[in-house]
Amino acid sequence: MINWPNFLSQFFNGIVNGALLALISSGLTIIYGTLGILNLAHGAMFVLGGYAGYVALSYSGSFSFAVIVGTVFMLISGVLIERLVIRHFYSRPHEDQLLLTFGLSIVIVEIVRYFFTSSSITVAPPQIFSGITPLGIMFYPTYRLALVGIIIVALLALYILLYRTRLGMIVRAGIEDAVMVDSLGINVYRVFMIVFGIGSMAAGFAGFVNSPVVSLTPDGGESILVQTFVVVVIGGVGSFPGAILGGLIAGEIISLTSMINPAYAYVMLFAAMTLVLLVRPQGLLGLKGRE
Amino acid sequence: MQKKFIHWPEIIIAALLIAAPFLLPHLDAAPNTVNRILVWGLFGVGFDILFGYTGMLSFGQSAFYGTGGFVAAYLLTKAGFPYVTTALFIGTFVAAVVGYLIGKLALRRTGIYFAMITVAIAEIFFFIEFNPLSAWTGGENGLPGVPQPTWELGFTTIHFTSGWNLYPFLALLYFIGIVIGYRIIRSPVGIIFTAIRENPLRAAAVGHQIDSYKVTAFVIAATYAGLAGGLLGVLQGFMPPDAFMFDTSGQLVMQTAIGGRGTLIGPLVGASVWLFLQDFLQSTLNLGAAWKMVLGFIFVILVCFLRDGIYGGLVKLFDRTFRQKNIDSQPRDSNNSLGNGGASDTKKLPVINQIPKFRTTTHDYSGPILQTFGLTKNYGGVFANTDINFSVQTGALHGIIGPNGAGKSTFFKMLTCEVHPSSGKIIFEGKDITGLEVTDVCQLGLTKSYQVNQLFNKLTVRQNLNIAALAAIRGKFSIDLLKDLGHVKGLKEQVDYTLELVNLTARNNTAVSQLAYGEKRRLEIGLALASSPNLLLLDEPLAGMSPQERLDTVDLLKSIRKDRTMIIIDHDMDALFEMVEKVTVLQEGRILVEGTPNQIKSDPRVQAAYLGGIHEAENT
Repeated sequence: MINWPNFLSQFFNGIVNGALLALISSGLTIIYGTLGILNLAHGAMFVLGGYAGYVALSYSGSFSFAVIVGTVFMLISGVLIERLVIRHFYSRPHEDQLLLTFGLSIVIVEIVRYFFTSSSITVAPPQIFSGITPLGIMFYPTYRLALVGIIIVALLALYILLYRTRLGMIVRAGIEDAVMVDSLGINVYRVFMIVFGIGSMAAGFAGFVNSPVVSLTPDGGESILVQTFVVVVIGGVGSFPGAILGGLIAGEIISLTSMINPAYAYVMLFAAMTLVLLVRPQGLLGLKGRE
Repeated sequence: MQKKFIHWPEIIIAALLIAAPFLLPHLDAAPNTVNRILVWGLFGVGFDILFGYTGMLSFGQSAFYGTGGFVAAYLLTKAGFPYVTTALFIGTFVAAVVGYLIGKLALRRTGIYFAMITVAIAEIFFFIEFNPLSAWTGGENGLPGVPQPTWELGFTTIHFTSGWNLYPFLALLYFIGIVIGYRIIRSPVGIIFTAIRENPLRAAAVGHQIDSYKVTAFVIAATYAGLAGGLLGVLQGFMPPDAFMFDTSGQLVMQTAIGGRGTLIGPLVGASVWLFLQDFLQSTLNLGAAWKMVLGFIFVILVCFLRDGIYGGLVKLFDRTFRQKNIDSQPRDSNNSLGNGGASDTKKLPVINQIPKFRTTTHDYSGPILQTFGLTKNYGGVFANTDINFSVQTGALHGIIGPNGAGKSTFFKMLTCEVHPSSGKIIFEGKDITGLEVTDVCQLGLTKSYQVNQLFNKLTVRQNLNIAALAAIRGKFSIDLLKDLGHVKGLKEQVDYTLELVNLTARNNTAVSQLAYGEKRRLEIGLALASSPNLLLLDEPLAGMSPQERLDTVDLLKSIRKDRTMIIIDHDMDALFEMVEKVTVLQEGRILVEGTPNQIKSDPRVQAAYLGGIHEAENT
């Protein structure tokens, strides 16, 4: 069914998905860039954030309150996880770090499943964003429009944090050379802790604000994690702009292919990743030698 | 030296596999669980070669498990192919081919990227199976009705069905799988896999084309995965779509880490723990879905505290209690000198053919062994080397000195092609080697000993030298997967000779991590020597040595100069000037002056360079 309204609505979906992926991927990419650890538990943090917000919502009834509580909860969780376990793995080989975060992702997802079972939970959008909005030639769910705005605000906040603050400068310097930052007398481990917290927060925030669009399940993080990897490979590791560009590309590929044949959405995504790997292995906005 | 019997693991495994059906029923073990453990264990043998031995952690093995399984199941169900065992091997073959293609792609990047790409591949294969190929694979229903094998042996017909009746079929395949696995890790390829895990940079620098070996490891893992996938269908009588799920890859990774990586048997141990605990937690403790949470916790704790897994931990414990003496049984030389006071020429060295036959250029080429023309390297505006024209005659012993930051190491890196020049040309034995890879240059007979030791730290001295000598004997890539390392012609001679040269014969079975610094330094030179280079570059061979060690090393260098050309960088002028015939002085990336040691000593420009006079002259 390729017609103009259909195309537009899928295109909008692509932007919504892409923005979401961009936000999650920036969390992953700054954690990797700074700590040197690929967080396989990032998808689990997305799930945990969604459920944390859901609990806050069901107690308070206020969506914005739930967003705040869920986000703060994720920040604290991230900091705790870094302090308790991740910290002891900085000097261990990459494989051990991958095994650890993979194990953490299973523990987190299974804890969620233990309390909330495997069945999916639908979260209603906040009252003011419910219903649909006429956009000239088509109708579009209001919350999805609002979601784009919400995520843009979050990405802007992340941008300001990374590019306009002292902490951000240290983080960006750490992505280039953590050892150098350390030897300049900056406590790089404290920065690592904060970065892990912020990265987890980005994933968790995305997990909750996405819950009115896609219902919550404990297993929802897995496909998000894979898409995030594709985004990072396309955009370039350690690059915040790369995560945003990669996110939008991935989002549009999935949505536009789904319009023609949903079965091929992932195949096309994979093809795009392959193409990038063949033509520009360091990613579209990645720098050579930054691995 | 008597040959140690190394096949105990296979014999013990065979005994356990035969004993299992007699013992396990008394422990209330379900035969179906035992069979599943065997399939996971076989899957894990290949994965352990990839992850435990070669050091590449893939989260995408489900792709090949599923491919092998569905190809075999499709042949046996929808296509009506009657021969179960043949179908299994066809599935295995297809998985290997897919593994080759995917490996070529995934290995374009290493480390983290490799892990991410394999995760993506696993997920995408699942979607392809589920949607575009659902007409062949049954989509979410999988393929039911997979038959069990029947063997017509002439005098009798064996029909394998299920439970303990199917067990012999799976046990036999597992046994064949692990015997081949052991052969692979004991082959030259196996030790090169370990070298790649320990130090990929050096593995490439001694002349192994590591990318091809990585693809080989990837294909091996895919092959085992394909066979295991096919067996899953036979075992269940049904090919489930979850074989393709990411969870499958994850479970394999976890089982391997729990059981012990780098052991081959570890995945089987891990699978036993996993599947028995799952049964126990679910049915005996009634934990329901929480079993996975408990296993997840166990896994995290093991990764934190028992890096080698259960089997690896047990082996270590055993070694510590019963083999205390063997660990460091080899005494350090009390008399650490090489040739008893410079009489190195009288030392009896075993006579062997020094230069392997594949290096033919040496015989018909006369003229300078190495020449560079206008060699320049700049990093942006910083010029490390500028316009270096340099030439060394065959058989010479040439020294390079210069203040720190003069560009000496960069110059060496360009000569060995670790770093490619911004402009200029390098001619080695009359052949233009500019832009070649470090592996190819080493294969041509030019190699380097590093300023900072680049050794294979977890391996023994002999294993280290084996790795380097294998590159010289076998060339940069060769798939002798099933050949015993002891049967490689000329290897033992070459390694014994090198051990003798660098005076490490008495320490040949000691792990590098237990060597003293001076010994490590000698092994570093030994690694370069073992690949029998025609031109040997030595980057500060004397750095960090005690005065006595310096004397010994100078003797060593003198003794090895026969049959080869050497260029030495060092800051120890007394030692260097005593050894070499000609010295080149580098300063700020340029050649300042060249001459005999005596000319250099008295040259005012050199004195000024070392005392910093040039800077002052420029500033005034």
